[in-house]
Amino acid sequence: MIYALFLIFFSAMIANNILLVRFLGLCSFFGISNKIETSVSMGLAVLFVMDMATVVSWLIYYYLLLPFDLVFLRTIVFIIVIASLVQMVEMFLKKSFPFLYRALGVYLPLITTNCAILGASFLIIDFKYTLIESLVFSTAVALGYTLAIVMFAGMRQRLENAPIPESLKGYPIAFILAGLMSLSFLGFVGMFGLHM
Amino acid sequence: MLDRLRHYWKTFDNGILRENPILRLMIGLCPTLAVSTSLINSVGMGLATTFVLVFSNLFVSLLRKFTPNGIRIPIFIVVVSTFVTLTDYMMLAYVPELHKSLGVFVPLIVVNCIILGRAEAFAYKNDAVLSTIDGLGMGLGFTLAISTIGIIREILGNGTILGYSLFGASFNPAIIMILPPGAFITIGFLMAALNALTRKGEGGK
Repeated sequence: MIYALFLIFFSAMIANNILLVRFLGLCSFFGISNKIETSVSMGLAVLFVMDMATVVSWLIYYYLLLPFDLVFLRTIVFIIVIASLVQMVEMFLKKSFPFLYRALGVYLPLITTNCAILGASFLIIDFKYTLIESLVFSTAVALGYTLAIVMFAGMRQRLENAPIPESLKGYPIAFILAGLMSLSFLGFVGMFGLHM
Repeated sequence: MLDRLRHYWKTFDNGILRENPILRLMIGLCPTLAVSTSLINSVGMGLATTFVLVFSNLFVSLLRKFTPNGIRIPIFIVVVSTFVTLTDYMMLAYVPELHKSLGVFVPLIVVNCIILGRAEAFAYKNDAVLSTIDGLGMGLGFTLAISTIGIIREILGNGTILGYSLFGASFNPAIIMILPPGAFITIGFLMAALNALTRKGEGGK
């Protein structure tokens, strides 16, 4: 049991990293990875929302959609649930934890259209995970997201001063850098297997 | 009349070249990188997205007079996800193999930034005909870009095109190109090539 959870955790965090191997949430990956500080905040916001979103969508899927034979409404229901969840979290944080709100505030609305969140909600259904497995999976996915985006931000800061051919400056070299990072994350596939 | 047609054409080809969603605006990257492992997957994904884009643009535009400004985004999302669900089930019925290889990225068309972006930036402000044309142009621009990446990755990574072998059995494909890193590297070099071309064009002036 513990071993299975451990496998899910490391497979989701490293070998099948949500950004670099599964390609979910790339808009924010390239959009806000200019500074390490903002990347850390975004990672925390994703961790926060992803755990809640997967648990809520798991409960809705197995206790509402499946018993009433409404599986075809999955896409609509999940996106609405996630959008309203983000709004609720935002309001709750603003009122109860203003310091946390100041740290995450700007990033929360961005998360609504972050495909990593919705993607994780679909994946736990596709992989037929139990509730505990889903929670472990989503935590690992969010930690993997944070790990990748913070490392990427660090390297992009170094790139700014590097001598790069004119045409490759900016986004092209960032993509190639992401490719090389993806290659190194893919090295762990031998240990956990590719789980597309 | 001619002016009107010219205006339509301009709206249409805007999405294909000047504001190509992938190569120029850098939106809709996730499906682009994830499913472009072969030409057939890319074309399938491109056409599915185009379908959703055209119809969501049309309906957002038709409903724009009745949409309260404060809750427009949730309304856009409901419109888009309706068409995504339709596409999802149509693909499951008619092209089950393609549906299987695109996997989770079919329902994820709903969070493709291109679609919500066009609803907000274009369809909400323009009439139905123009919005449909814009959806078609943007969708085909997306299809074109994703197919280019798909062709490059399939030839280099598999030595085939649409499943037909190009170089015979002795060819040793670079498998890395159909693995995730190949997607990043291909699009990086493609953008660099486009940059170099446009810079040359500007230098000549």
